[in-house]
Amino acid sequence: MSVVDDYVARIEGTCGEEKDVIVIFKYDTKEKAVKKILEKAKLRKSIANMIFELTFKNVSFRVYTSGKAIFRGLKSKDELRDLLSELLQ
Amino acid sequence: MLDPYKVREDFPILKRKINGYPLIYFDNAATSQKPKQVIEAVEDYYENHNANVHRAIHTLSQEASQLYEDAHAEVAKFINAKSVEETVFLRGTTEAINLVAYSLGCHTLKKDDEVIVTLMEHHSNIIPWEILSKAKGFKLRYADINPDGTLDYEALEKTITNKTKVVCFSHVSNVIGVVNDVKRIARVAHEHDALALVDGAQSVPHMPVDVRDLDVDFFAFSGHKMLAPTGIGVLYGKRSVLERMEPFQGGGEMIKDVSFDLKSRRCFISWNDLPWKFEAGTPNISGGIGLLEAVRYLKKIGMENVKAHEFMLTEYVMKRLQECEKITIYGPKDPSSKSGIIPFGVEGLSSHDVALFLDNYGIMVRSGFHCAQPLHKTMKLQSSARASFYVYNTREEIDRFVEVLKEASQF
Repeated sequence: MSVVDDYVARIEGTCGEEKDVIVIFKYDTKEKAVKKILEKAKLRKSIANMIFELTFKNVSFRVYTSGKAIFRGLKSKDELRDLLSELLQ
Repeated sequence: MLDPYKVREDFPILKRKINGYPLIYFDNAATSQKPKQVIEAVEDYYENHNANVHRAIHTLSQEASQLYEDAHAEVAKFINAKSVEETVFLRGTTEAINLVAYSLGCHTLKKDDEVIVTLMEHHSNIIPWEILSKAKGFKLRYADINPDGTLDYEALEKTITNKTKVVCFSHVSNVIGVVNDVKRIARVAHEHDALALVDGAQSVPHMPVDVRDLDVDFFAFSGHKMLAPTGIGVLYGKRSVLERMEPFQGGGEMIKDVSFDLKSRRCFISWNDLPWKFEAGTPNISGGIGLLEAVRYLKKIGMENVKAHEFMLTEYVMKRLQECEKITIYGPKDPSSKSGIIPFGVEGLSSHDVALFLDNYGIMVRSGFHCAQPLHKTMKLQSSARASFYVYNTREEIDRFVEVLKEASQF
């Protein structure tokens, strides 16, 4: 099992021209996942330590302490998995 | 008057907290929550009456059949159908529209015939017609809408000609919430001897609907948007029209007699009476019983009260959202033209960003195309966020919603 499978419950493509992708982290490990991501990605903005606007390798995304993240402008799910692998390592 | 605080006591799920915040459920256009009366009715059916319907003479089957037939009768009264024969139970609005599209498309519509669909429609009122049009060769024409997403009545009426056989349109848009003038469109359709098919998924749960007054030929709606379980819905059809139509699916329940001819080695079949002719196979009995209880619940509140409550919420949220410069309400701005559906956007954020932001605070809204991509394209929207209300929503919830949205707009 990859590190992505350790932390990620579901990856949801969205409808809409934006083609955003939503990542839902596993309930039991979501806090650890968010912590790991915050350590690796560059923080651009946050609200009340609950919602974080981040960048990593020129990809901007947002992470919520509720255990969800939204990624924008990715070409494929493989690209997302590669990115998550590095972030959650 | 509807007291939403009293109503809320009947909905166990509304006691939940999401991410530590009280649940605010504003995704009612997608599906409604269920009151304990409906949940208990389904439970009671499985605990005490479970059997197949119309198949056996034993006690349990008789009880199940009676409950299932009572559900048809109650729904017929609820929408003022002439008789129980006019209410076919199916999986939902989508299957109801598919029934009409497949039955007419496969057996009635000819190559030069035309079916008209508006660009406002949910995909469920577009895709079946696209599939059948391609397979059977009849023409599918789209009626334009205005830039704000509302129906262009004149354009629609000009599209209807003597070649038109079916005019398909929604009563209430599932995206912009506008209430369409069903009687006007049905009248024009009938002047051209065309049938009027209405997607009522967003109207029946929220306002009084009288199918005879509307004078439509078909009216489709879903139980799960009106407090009933998922997997149960209704096709109202005028008896004279349903009688002329061929069945959609074949199997048990929908036949009266199947006689095998030894000479030709073929079966000769006579269809069952309405509405069973269109209900092939074992139906969703528990869903029907849940729908029965949901209709009773709504009747007890009173549909005029439901409508008035949602109008109050719609007027209030539209006023409050105007406080925020960065928030745009899409579609018509006059609350009196709308049902309780509010599509909106926040400057600088995608609709999914908005939905996730709200979700973090326990507020559930929908984001994306809402299965109405042609409408979004016409309105030049990449996607939209959508808040939609029901009987248990309150002004206090709207206050919280607006405060969180204001916070999101600062991000």
